[in-house]
Amino acid sequence: MSEHAPVKINRSLHWFAVLTALFTFLLLGAGGLVTSHEAGMSVPDWPNSYGYNMFLFPPSLWIGGIFYEHTHRLIASGVGLMTTILAVWLWLKDSRKWMHWVGVAAFLLVVAQGVLGGLRVVLADAQLGIFHAIIGQLFFVLTSAITLFTSRWWLAQDSTLPDRTHLQVVVGMTALRRLVLATTVLILCQLIIGATMRQQHAGLAIPDFPLAYGKILPDTSATAVQRDNEVRMSVITENPITAFQIILQMVHRLVALAIFVLIAACAWRTRRQLGKRDPLAKLALFWLGLILVQILLGAATIWSNKAADVATAHVLGGALSLVTGALGYIIAFRRSAALPEIASATTISGAFGGAPAMAANK
Amino acid sequence: MKKFLLLIVVAMLAFVPLTQAADIIGIITLNGTPPPEVPYTPLMNDPTCGAMYKTAPTTHFYVVGPNHELADVIVSLKDVTGKSTGANQPPVTMDQKGCLYVPQILAIQTGQKLVVKNSDSCIHNVHVVPAAAGNPESNQVQMPGGADLTFTFSKPEMFMKFKCDVHPWMFAWVSVIDSPYYCLSGTDGKFVIKNVPPGKYTVEADHRKLGTLTRDVEVKDSDVTVNFTFDVK
Repeated sequence: MSEHAPVKINRSLHWFAVLTALFTFLLLGAGGLVTSHEAGMSVPDWPNSYGYNMFLFPPSLWIGGIFYEHTHRLIASGVGLMTTILAVWLWLKDSRKWMHWVGVAAFLLVVAQGVLGGLRVVLADAQLGIFHAIIGQLFFVLTSAITLFTSRWWLAQDSTLPDRTHLQVVVGMTALRRLVLATTVLILCQLIIGATMRQQHAGLAIPDFPLAYGKILPDTSATAVQRDNEVRMSVITENPITAFQIILQMVHRLVALAIFVLIAACAWRTRRQLGKRDPLAKLALFWLGLILVQILLGAATIWSNKAADVATAHVLGGALSLVTGALGYIIAFRRSAALPEIASATTISGAFGGAPAMAANK
Repeated sequence: MKKFLLLIVVAMLAFVPLTQAADIIGIITLNGTPPPEVPYTPLMNDPTCGAMYKTAPTTHFYVVGPNHELADVIVSLKDVTGKSTGANQPPVTMDQKGCLYVPQILAIQTGQKLVVKNSDSCIHNVHVVPAAAGNPESNQVQMPGGADLTFTFSKPEMFMKFKCDVHPWMFAWVSVIDSPYYCLSGTDGKFVIKNVPPGKYTVEADHRKLGTLTRDVEVKDSDVTVNFTFDVK
């Protein structure tokens, strides 16, 4: 892409990308409901549903868990179609060559994701469910990034480069973007942990919060785990829990705390370096609010004994947190990478002091 | 004449066992108060399944009698394997009735047929989730009034899970034993393992929630009594 050649704004394409991202978000929610309702294997065949063509499966048979699994498949088909259209549209109408390949990547990813979902059912392999969940999150990042790349705001930034404001904003961006990247990667790790917990199909490994079995650190000895299993009286996920699952949930809690601290640091640093009116500072503040809601949803998942809707909202909160971090990183990367030689020179001369950058935004 | 008499003597000896098999009998009790059973609320929320009940059925994780007798304990001889007669035994039947598995705890031998019926007026899927290598996971549809499904398992495994993903509260736990020397304790807590050959054994009692207890016994020519008491920790 040439940073200096203005790219024509295609509103229709952008809004179609927005719609695709929104449907992807909806799809994540539908997938979350499938796992929350333990319905992943309720339609044993794929790509057919109970021997019917997926699109001709009689609604009278959409009962119990079948409803969640089948609607998930239908929404997934819709997202697959939309992604295909989006990829073709980008290839034909976007003048940026790299965007053609972003569209192709989205197409390949959605196909892979669909096949993976099908194989999870056909092979009855719960481990594939973890990959299916994570690739779904990454696909949401990709569709959201396409939305960003086709937006008026992004393209306007293209046409205004380089200007004095931008050059000053570059100051200290390298360190900031690394912080955002580290936080986003940690969120991805947290989503992998969360997906692993959900694919254990064992309900709540620790039934209380903020304590764990009434303690700061739970007892994971064989005797304690046996005792915990004796008193667990779950109707839906009647699997015995293991010490590993208890430790996994503790790790999930600690990583959540680390993510909160890192996002708070991102919010504080962007505000200090770029000023409160800067889009990145606003995004970081939104990110901080989002992670607070997400922590609350995590707690509510436990307090509600893993109610399906609350647990699914927690999954969606995780997806939004990841996307916010990823888009924040893309924006920060773009700023710092735009003029690396100037950024480098300015950084060496003490760019981490926020005053000059803040002044540029006032 | 001598040959004829000899033949009779040999024939008679053939019917007299050289060693006498005996039964291992006992009673299982529970010490302590188990947690209260929970109602199948999701079942009642399902339009089809909920219509079959006036009040919500509850779990039966701890089936305890008035004198603390404990049912649904699988009693078997530990490390006695390769003795299965399952292929020659009649099939064991498990039904799906009222959107629940009936019974929820049962035991079969390796190679013995397990027949799963659907007496309900709704779809179920029978999803077998084994833990032992060699017992394959499977997931089959069973329409209302559909043909019975038949399963056999080649590897011993305790409390293999059967589930219905259409109705996620539906579970059954099937134990597969590699010998005929096992039984399930009844609602009176009593059990009988029949025709155990003389020898030293470790008797194992397994409850899905309470874990495992073992006792060493020696079987000679008369019945052996061994009792187990599980503790709620």
